[in-house]
Amino acid sequence: MTVLAVRALSKAFGGVQAVRQVSFTIAAGELLALIGPNGAGKTTCFNLVNGQLPPDAGEVEFLGESLLGLAPRKIWRRGVGRTFQITATFASMTVRENVQMALLSHHRRLASVFSLARRQHVDEADALLARVHMRDQADRPCAVLAYGDLKRVELAVALAHQPRLLLMDEPTAGMAPAERSDLMQLAADLARGSGIAVLFTEHDMDVVFRHADRIAVLSGGELIANGSPQEVRADAAVREVYLGSYA
Amino acid sequence: MTYSSVLIQFLNGLAGASTLFLVAAGLSLIFGVTRIINFAHGSLYMLGMYVAVWAAEPLGFWWSVPIAALAVAVFGAGVEIALLRRIYGAPELLQLLATFALVLIVKDFTLWQWGPEDMLGPRAPGFSGAVEIAGRPFPEYELFLIGFGPLVLGALWLLLTRTRWGTLVRAATQDREMAGALGVNQKWLFTGVFALGALLAGLGGALQIPREPATLLIDLSVVSDAFVVVVVGGLGSIGGAFVAALLIAEIKAFCIGLGFSQLTLVVEFIVMAVVLVLRPWGLLGRVPAPARGAGGAEPPLEAPSPAAIGALLALCGALALVPALSAGYTLVLLTDVLVFALFAVSLHFIMGPAGLHSFGHAAYFGLGAYGAGLLLVRGGLPMELSLLLGPLAGGLGAVLFGWFCVRLSGVYLAMLTLAFAQIAWSVVFQWDAFTGGSNGLIGIWPAPWLSSKTAYYYVTLALSAGGVALLWRALYSPFGYALRAGRDSPLRADAIGIDVRGLQWAAFSLAGLFAGVAGALYAFSKGSISPESLSVPRSVDGLVMVLLGGIQTLTGPLWGAALFTWLQDAVARGIDYWRAVIGGVVLLLVLAFPQGLTGFLRRRSAA
Ligand SMILES: Nc1ncnc2c1ncn2[C@@H]1O[C@H](COP(=O)(O)OP(=O)(O)OP(=O)(O)O)[C@@H](O)[C@H]1O
Ligand SMILES: [Mg+2]
Repeated sequence: MTVLAVRALSKAFGGVQAVRQVSFTIAAGELLALIGPNGAGKTTCFNLVNGQLPPDAGEVEFLGESLLGLAPRKIWRRGVGRTFQITATFASMTVRENVQMALLSHHRRLASVFSLARRQHVDEADALLARVHMRDQADRPCAVLAYGDLKRVELAVALAHQPRLLLMDEPTAGMAPAERSDLMQLAADLARGSGIAVLFTEHDMDVVFRHADRIAVLSGGELIANGSPQEVRADAAVREVYLGSYA
Repeated sequence: MTYSSVLIQFLNGLAGASTLFLVAAGLSLIFGVTRIINFAHGSLYMLGMYVAVWAAEPLGFWWSVPIAALAVAVFGAGVEIALLRRIYGAPELLQLLATFALVLIVKDFTLWQWGPEDMLGPRAPGFSGAVEIAGRPFPEYELFLIGFGPLVLGALWLLLTRTRWGTLVRAATQDREMAGALGVNQKWLFTGVFALGALLAGLGGALQIPREPATLLIDLSVVSDAFVVVVVGGLGSIGGAFVAALLIAEIKAFCIGLGFSQLTLVVEFIVMAVVLVLRPWGLLGRVPAPARGAGGAEPPLEAPSPAAIGALLALCGALALVPALSAGYTLVLLTDVLVFALFAVSLHFIMGPAGLHSFGHAAYFGLGAYGAGLLLVRGGLPMELSLLLGPLAGGLGAVLFGWFCVRLSGVYLAMLTLAFAQIAWSVVFQWDAFTGGSNGLIGIWPAPWLSSKTAYYYVTLALSAGGVALLWRALYSPFGYALRAGRDSPLRADAIGIDVRGLQWAAFSLAGLFAGVAGALYAFSKGSISPESLSVPRSVDGLVMVLLGGIQTLTGPLWGAALFTWLQDAVARGIDYWRAVIGGVVLLLVLAFPQGLTGFLRRRSAA
């Protein structure tokens, strides 16, 4: 089943055409890697999908419905979770509280004025943290975490709403190679176990080729290839602009 | 309206736009380069007026104008070197506080030097007559002003685009780090820009003296007008300031011309509201880079320990025992402290956790006070009901103003809240028939059973403590956490379904409601209300209380309110120039602890 369909998406910043006529789809349970050199337009694609930016042209369809014109929070409610390339967490709160916030939002309890936030959804938060191996750091303030750990917290936060589509922008940046594989394995398990569609960007080609079901290659804002890892590895255009010696 | 009166009003508007533009352009220029919102800009204007009137007597008007402008420029340069230079790295709020301290000091200096009476200026020789336009007499001096504004715009444009110095200023406005990397001597660039901004303000003031007398009240009304112009035109845009000054001055002129002079301030508000909804960054302003949040800048808000809660309850108990031990003045002072504690806590509620830096919180205090007073005096409601319903005026005011305010952030928000407070003040001040105008309302006494100082003290204690407890409780609720989430990272909050704006609006309204409770309590404790209760200085009192106590602490506002109320009482009774003393103390505190008192204490304890 197609979870996300992006059609002819375009976005320019002033004179820079960051994304040009990009189209792709992701099915439930599929891991699609969006790769490309720095500045290729990967993050911009994410921002267009989750409503952070309005596209100049094109269509974003999620579970058969258009997402265009919706605010990020509305898109999140429909089931799109996201992690950021530069992590965005609540620095004045602990790790657990960060996840609790997402859970409070998930359960639509944000307007509650009299209950104590700290006591809400503790077990649920801890279960999510355990999934990303952050249970033991639950009481630490987010402000003091290592970068790789912040990425894990973001993942736990993104999972709190049981998303149908997960957008992960360089989820393993700041992690040691073994940790990277670990985290992506977790993402793969999520996709296969719960049928979540996962769209991720990644600069580590080992991670990409080991975990992705499909790879889409962006260069200069254009999609130059989209296929299985073998197909992409064999693609001459991709070799030329991007993979270079890796292929 | 006939054709000729339309033309005359149009020309009046043009003349008014010129001085407004001078002030706003200076404010915008200073902000663009130094990122400091110069609260004292209206004070520089006022200084320009007084110096010009003073110098015009021996030297004549045309000499007094450049002399006043230069004197104010020199003063501005001195302020920059002695004060601002030391606080460029300090948090934005403390910078604003420092420039507000300057407002107090300049006001008292002016009072000391030139006395409390308004000073009439001379006419402008050579432009003292009138010419006939469309069959009506029109003052020549207005024509001079109409020409002068565009002249200054042109001169500024040449300065900024055709000189090396101007190129540096523009570079610094766009990208401070890059300007630093290019080897710009930032220190003197900043001094120069501040002096230029001060010169423009001083010039604006000096040119105004043939049109209106110099008065001590002009500083805040000019700075809030300038804020509106700058917000409408777009922060940092000189051209925007010109367009906005024209727009606002024209609309005001036509309001006066049509016989709706009472409406002028409300109209200004409506213009700003419309512009902010359609173009949140002003007519010619640029969209600032999306804020990623303070990222670790704000410390966590610890929940109070059971021991701390016990201590606070014990404090309440102790306060309840005070009437048994002492009466009279202590109770009056403590009643004030309790009122302002609630006021400060309500301000802290939006400033700390929600990150909404309001510079006009007194609007809701004053609306609550007037709400209660008017229900009693004009509505004929019983006192008890007035006390309970009056605060709704504060809450409703906050609902209305807050809707606009939460669309902005940072300095835009601070300016907008200030402008709203000034507008609320003006409405109350001008609406003689309903609010009693500048005299205010009298005869607002508690019901007989509450008329003793002790009884009223208990009412105040109960309502203030209750209000503080409710607000504090809310801080630790999901609602309060969501506010902090929106402050820490608007991006992340949005990405997990938090309606940051909606929650901030609710918080703003709630804070306004509780400020209104404080205001209503205040009204009945004094027996009268005056427009002062929603004036800008009252807003700043609240800010000082919150900042003194520490913005990211829970109980800080309580101690800040107690200290400040006591200090003001002690100083104001003993010293004529108490404003300057308070301004001086605030300046010293800011200079000594540029990271704030709590920041200082925290680092001390961490070391
Ligand atoms: N908000 C913006 N304003 C202006 N230009 C932008 C903005 N965001 C991105 N760009 C430009 O758009 C292009 C694509 O940027 P994008 O961040 O999408 O690339 P990316 O593929 O994610 O790169 P990286 O691998 O470095 O994260 C770049 O040229 C970038 O400079
Ligand atoms: Mg990127």
